[in-house]
Amino acid sequence: MRHLYFEGAGSESGKGMYMTKKKSKKTGWGQTSGYLYILPWILGFLLLQFLPLANSLRYSLTDIKLGGDYRFIGLDNYIRMFTGDPDLANSMKVTLKYILMAVPSKLVFALLVAMLLSVKMKGIRFFRTVYYLPSILGGSVAISALWRVMFMKSGIVNNLLGTDINWLGDPKYALLTITLIDVWQFGSSMVLFFAALKQVPKDLYEAAQIDGAGKCGRFFRITLPMISPIILFNMVMQTINTLQNYTSAYVVTGGGPIKSTYVMGLKIYEDAFVKSDLGYASAESWLLFVTLLLLTGVIFFTSRYWVFYADEGGR
Amino acid sequence: MRRRGSRAGSWISFLIILAVGICMIYPLVWMFFASFKTNNEINLGTGLLPAQYDVSGFIKGWRSTGQYTYTDYFANTFLLVIPTVAFTVISSTLVSYGFARFAFRGSRLLFGIMLSTLMVPNAVLIIPRYLLFRDLNWLNTYLPFWMPAVLGCYPFFIYQEVQFLRGIPRDLDEAARIDGCGSFQILIRILMPILKPSLISVCIFQTIWTWNDFMNPLIYINSVSKYPLALALRMGLDVAAAANWNEIMAMASVSIVPLVIMFFCLQKYFVEGIATSGLKG
Repeated sequence: MRHLYFEGAGSESGKGMYMTKKKSKKTGWGQTSGYLYILPWILGFLLLQFLPLANSLRYSLTDIKLGGDYRFIGLDNYIRMFTGDPDLANSMKVTLKYILMAVPSKLVFALLVAMLLSVKMKGIRFFRTVYYLPSILGGSVAISALWRVMFMKSGIVNNLLGTDINWLGDPKYALLTITLIDVWQFGSSMVLFFAALKQVPKDLYEAAQIDGAGKCGRFFRITLPMISPIILFNMVMQTINTLQNYTSAYVVTGGGPIKSTYVMGLKIYEDAFVKSDLGYASAESWLLFVTLLLLTGVIFFTSRYWVFYADEGGR
Repeated sequence: MRRRGSRAGSWISFLIILAVGICMIYPLVWMFFASFKTNNEINLGTGLLPAQYDVSGFIKGWRSTGQYTYTDYFANTFLLVIPTVAFTVISSTLVSYGFARFAFRGSRLLFGIMLSTLMVPNAVLIIPRYLLFRDLNWLNTYLPFWMPAVLGCYPFFIYQEVQFLRGIPRDLDEAARIDGCGSFQILIRILMPILKPSLISVCIFQTIWTWNDFMNPLIYINSVSKYPLALALRMGLDVAAAANWNEIMAMASVSIVPLVIMFFCLQKYFVEGIATSGLKG
């Protein structure tokens, strides 16, 4: 994706630059109309993105509450985060565990299903549709409510499995139960894997077969390297999404039991809008931001060892 | 695919596909049938089909608090979703056209900035935005949802449309320009028809995200009269401590019906949209 962007931006606007210079004499549009078209975004960026970002940083240095005045307290919020808030350490741990559970299982599942569905067969289109359905609904409160009902102690899941697990009440299982909603929404990763699998050149497999490579060998030596750019993309996107998702934790378990599903997003929300501690919550949100940058940074850094670009320009 | 044993092989993969498919869809089907069950049945976690079909879950559930019914929540949701989607489509088309077809000073830098805003988590923005909207007296209205859409705050969609526009040959624009079309006319008459699949996919995804959105309404909307479906469902969960699960399941089913219908009508655009832009889902 990164390569795609840099390549595209470079060549396209280079061409455009030349063209507008020539044209602008005749028609008079170029510079100004370009700005005019992106004007909504410029305003949106300044008012609803840049200004809030700057304000958030400012608020994180204050003791601002939901009402009334506030004063600057320097780095106190940040110091409190690292020394005076055991809940925060717990929330960070829960969030990382959540990501480590949800992202790999979602990707593996999505890849397996994509491979299953790349078989040529009648009616396969229908299955592709059905498999995608959970992804458009999974983020809703309706599904969170459904999860609460299905995973009750006397609920349908225990009945079907013949188990007696307290899915929502036992801290050992609660996060797993939430993770299942995420894994269930594997659709968009699946579609991307599916498109990537179709683009692996067939002659590579044939050549490998002649060389005597088995099914496993072909999968690990050809399929995985060829689709590794898409694995990277999916991994980054899912990590970013999972890090921020807290609707299911909020509705299904409310962060409990014993804060075992109290993810960062939920803690920030409660500190800000329930405990009215906006300044401190702003500081926490920056911790979340830095975590996001670090995680994606680590993924991109390690990607040079495992992502394979078939042609030099990437794809 | 391969000749040797392909018959048996394809039967096995068909059975696996079918089995996994059933597991995927089972929760949704279960939810639908649970709406017709009695509370007792749901609490006992019995199988798929209800012993007796009972529609009182729908009737009582729809009545909600009594003062406000699901008719209100549906109307609110439409009032929240439709303008948001329309504004998103208009603003992202204009902005993406600007980025894809005009080379103004700093266009590459601005495009880079726009892409980098994809990385900013909502958690960082939501507190200052809340205070900003409070000062503007926008709380408890739908403006906090409409205005970001008007002002092109959805870089995902802009990026998707820029990618799509770059794939359309410039010769088309050139020809229209020679015929005397202005830049806006080129966008409306020449490019929009070609952009249609991309526009539909923007509509679809923005509809889903806004429809399902829970955290933003939770923060910006505080009176029940303005609750969208997501908040109404959550309220039902709260109120019912000795939960009336059949009512909740009935309303949960009803609340996703419009999305499911849209999904089946427009499914070919879904896959296209994700494949071209890698949107989250």
